[in-house]
Amino acid sequence: MEPYELTITQALSRLASRDLSSRELTQSCLERINAVEPTVSAFITHDADIALSQADEADRQRAAGSVGPLCGIPLSVKDLLCTKTFPTTCGSKMLAGFVPPYDATVVEMILRAGGVIVGKTTMDEFAMGSTSETCYYKVPANPWNLEYVAGGSSGGSAVSVAAGEVLASLGSDTGGSIRQPASLCGIVGMKPTYGRVSRYGLVAYASSLDQVGPLTRDVQDCAVMMQAISGHDRRDSTSVDRPVEDYSAACAAGMRGVRIGLPQEFFPEELDPEVRQVVMNGVAALRSAGAEIVDVSLPHIDYGVAAYYIIAPAEASSNLARYDGVAYGYRDEQANSLIELYKNSRSAGFGAEVKRRILIGTYALSSGYYDAYYKKASQVRTLILDDFKNAWQSCDLLISPVTPTPAWRRGSKLDDPLAMYLSDIFTLSTNLAGLPGISVPGGLSEEGLPIGIQLQGPHFGESLLLRAAYNLEENLALDRAIMPRPTT
Amino acid sequence: MDFETVIGLEIHAQVKTESKIFCGCSTAFGSPPNTHTCPVCLGLPGVLPVLNKKVVDCAIKVGLATNAQIRATSQFARKNYFYPDLPKGYQTSQFDKPIIEHGFIDIETQGISRRIGITRIHMEEDAGKLIHDERDPHSFVDLNRTGTPLLEIVSEPDIRSPQEAAAYLKKIHAILRYLDVCDGNMQEGSFRCDANISLRPVGQQELGTRTELKNMNSFRNVQAALEYEQRRQRDLLLESEPVVQQTLLWNPDTGKTESMRGKEDAHDYRYFPCPDLVPVTLTEQWIEQIRVTLPELPDDRRRRFIEVYGLSDYDALLLTESRERADYFEAVVQRFRDAKKVANWVLTELLKEVKGGDIADCQVTPEMLAELLDLIESGAISGKIAKTILSEMLVNGTDAATIVKEKNLLQVSDEDELRLVIRSIIQDNPQQVAEFRGGKQKLLGYFVGQVMQQTKGKANPKLVNDLLTKELAG
Repeated sequence: MEPYELTITQALSRLASRDLSSRELTQSCLERINAVEPTVSAFITHDADIALSQADEADRQRAAGSVGPLCGIPLSVKDLLCTKTFPTTCGSKMLAGFVPPYDATVVEMILRAGGVIVGKTTMDEFAMGSTSETCYYKVPANPWNLEYVAGGSSGGSAVSVAAGEVLASLGSDTGGSIRQPASLCGIVGMKPTYGRVSRYGLVAYASSLDQVGPLTRDVQDCAVMMQAISGHDRRDSTSVDRPVEDYSAACAAGMRGVRIGLPQEFFPEELDPEVRQVVMNGVAALRSAGAEIVDVSLPHIDYGVAAYYIIAPAEASSNLARYDGVAYGYRDEQANSLIELYKNSRSAGFGAEVKRRILIGTYALSSGYYDAYYKKASQVRTLILDDFKNAWQSCDLLISPVTPTPAWRRGSKLDDPLAMYLSDIFTLSTNLAGLPGISVPGGLSEEGLPIGIQLQGPHFGESLLLRAAYNLEENLALDRAIMPRPTT
Repeated sequence: MDFETVIGLEIHAQVKTESKIFCGCSTAFGSPPNTHTCPVCLGLPGVLPVLNKKVVDCAIKVGLATNAQIRATSQFARKNYFYPDLPKGYQTSQFDKPIIEHGFIDIETQGISRRIGITRIHMEEDAGKLIHDERDPHSFVDLNRTGTPLLEIVSEPDIRSPQEAAAYLKKIHAILRYLDVCDGNMQEGSFRCDANISLRPVGQQELGTRTELKNMNSFRNVQAALEYEQRRQRDLLLESEPVVQQTLLWNPDTGKTESMRGKEDAHDYRYFPCPDLVPVTLTEQWIEQIRVTLPELPDDRRRRFIEVYGLSDYDALLLTESRERADYFEAVVQRFRDAKKVANWVLTELLKEVKGGDIADCQVTPEMLAELLDLIESGAISGKIAKTILSEMLVNGTDAATIVKEKNLLQVSDEDELRLVIRSIIQDNPQQVAEFRGGKQKLLGYFVGQVMQQTKGKANPKLVNDLLTKELAG
């Protein structure tokens, strides 16, 4: 087994016993990147020199006895988390070559924990998309089948972990952008409670929905990463000042006494039978681990997609107004007037999907339409939150599919935005309600594509969520493959 | 036809905090461009605002001082528009849930008191500045001011004349200065005012078409611009011409308003609640903590000045118009008990000399003025000489006693000395003496003048009068 195939937990133990150095581990990851990156395209930027110098620093720290919880672990970071050492492009031409003068809080945290940042991952432009195909630079491929999409918008992050290029990644989830690519690529992805992880330095798509979270090879690694990035940040007014629990310890407990809700609305008639089967296997696994299974209902969940596709674009239309060609980012040098500068810079700097959402959002906020769209959508959001609160009366967690289908062929939905939007149907209500959610590998389709299982919990229910996810993983006992399979 | 004028004012007051409203940058004025900036106020990708609580404190103060309601929960909203001085593409402001609502202040013009309603007061961030150079096709952007905290104070359309508008503006200015929440500098733009004005036939309920006036950076300009616009609208209405709703810029050089932009580019600001800032929740305790720190406000101080010092209503109003002026007056009264005399000297002599400048910056301290008044009171100098001494004190900050000594200005109250002067004048002016004795009493003034001339103004005027009357009587 090559070092790059290790989980964080395995690697930390080998690093601790000096059986492996961070330099060796990082070198192994860099070689893997060289081998597979041309086919999987997980990175917009990666830098071996930066990675190796951080690895050497981690080795020095370890030798000096100052060992952070991620000391020496090679990681990747979605390209919308600000980094001083790498350009931060958000997958857009608009921010080509833009190097922020500061590190995002989560980036500071993983660097302080000793993490080695290898590079920045491909993503849908400004996180707007479900396949990472709207990335201006390159489009990641699903490591299980290169003809298929990796999911999105944190597609590159998922691929970098699934393909063995790094041990874990940080992504962001606005409507499923961590959980969905994790599911399609056969790894673990967690979206924390809104306010659990700082958003400072996360380039905003939809501020009231965005949350940073980890993508990892197993649940224990997810707990380790969550531990490293959780906590209050005074620079983010929406981050919550509340103690962080011991997530790794939480994984150890069994499922006795835990009630798992099966929301009927997440299992519609037309649900892909393979997906249904995988989730039901998960239900059975949790029951055998001691959980009680109850039926619940979330009656307003069907309005989630509509509410989401008003609120998210509305916030985006405002958040993306700063890209105007004046102080930074793409600028049309031929413009002869201020209006022309704005028009030309934004027309050429943004891709089609970003423009579509800016237009939708601008429309939804316009005077005369605000009440019918944005305000109504905000009311729906409250109803959905109430649905979840009611559900917590009879259960502790919810189990459901992550996506209606396994990964689809590249390009097949790109011209059909509505079909694309509907692929987020099971994930985006978590964001509307500000809840934590996790995607755990559940099995493979006949075609050999991964299918994930989603668990959702109450606000700040991360410990319980990780505990259930760990039990699920243990009981399903799937083969944890790095794809594409190493040829040696 | 008789028209009624309807005016509403929007005031933007920069809040006197050390740091900006959503980041730690300095709010200092006059630094080199873009030196008081950070990723947050530059609006770089990924940054988030954190509210400066001192701005909330200041808003509460103003709310309490204007008899207003303070919202338990207020909310920031984004006002979306594109302009190069606005790096985020939106201004973080408040919209449907402002922190302060439904206040009022009382104003007085020509002895008549009226109550002017305050619709709302909200917190927001200032934009940056564009610098244009006539010879250069480029414009430059200075973002030092970006994120400076502002309070926007919006009046009801309760104001009925340009004079009332000026009185209202002065009153709000005074309140903000008393509260020490704004330095009130109109030249530097830390206290700015826009006005909406319309006319309607007397008796009509419905409002007429309004125009919005901008670029009035002094109290005088606000009144002059409104007077001009009132005349312009009246002339149009009398000719049955329509008033066009538009934004007008006051040109102080021509004394006219000029069209800025038509309503055709009326903005749709697409306000929505700012998702990056949690609602501002105020407890009773927070508000009480602020309430106990409130200083005496202009109205209370004015009443006290009338009651305690026996001042006229008008003098009390003028003295309390600014906190510094009232403080100055009271500091002089501490040392020189005749408050009416002090009021006179402060309002006529001192204010005339400082010419609308800041009394706090003047070279003559309250102690020095009290000493000067003591010198008059004791008869050491005359009131007239005192005025010249004051002018000199204002120029170089020398105290009165020193000037009197150096210039030998002590009043001559020696009867024998004065009698000698008077007798020689009587001898030199036989003609006038004869006329006086013949009944032309007015000529007494002439003789006083002669005495003053010979004594270089130092003669004790009362003594001169007495002696002259005696001597001329023969």
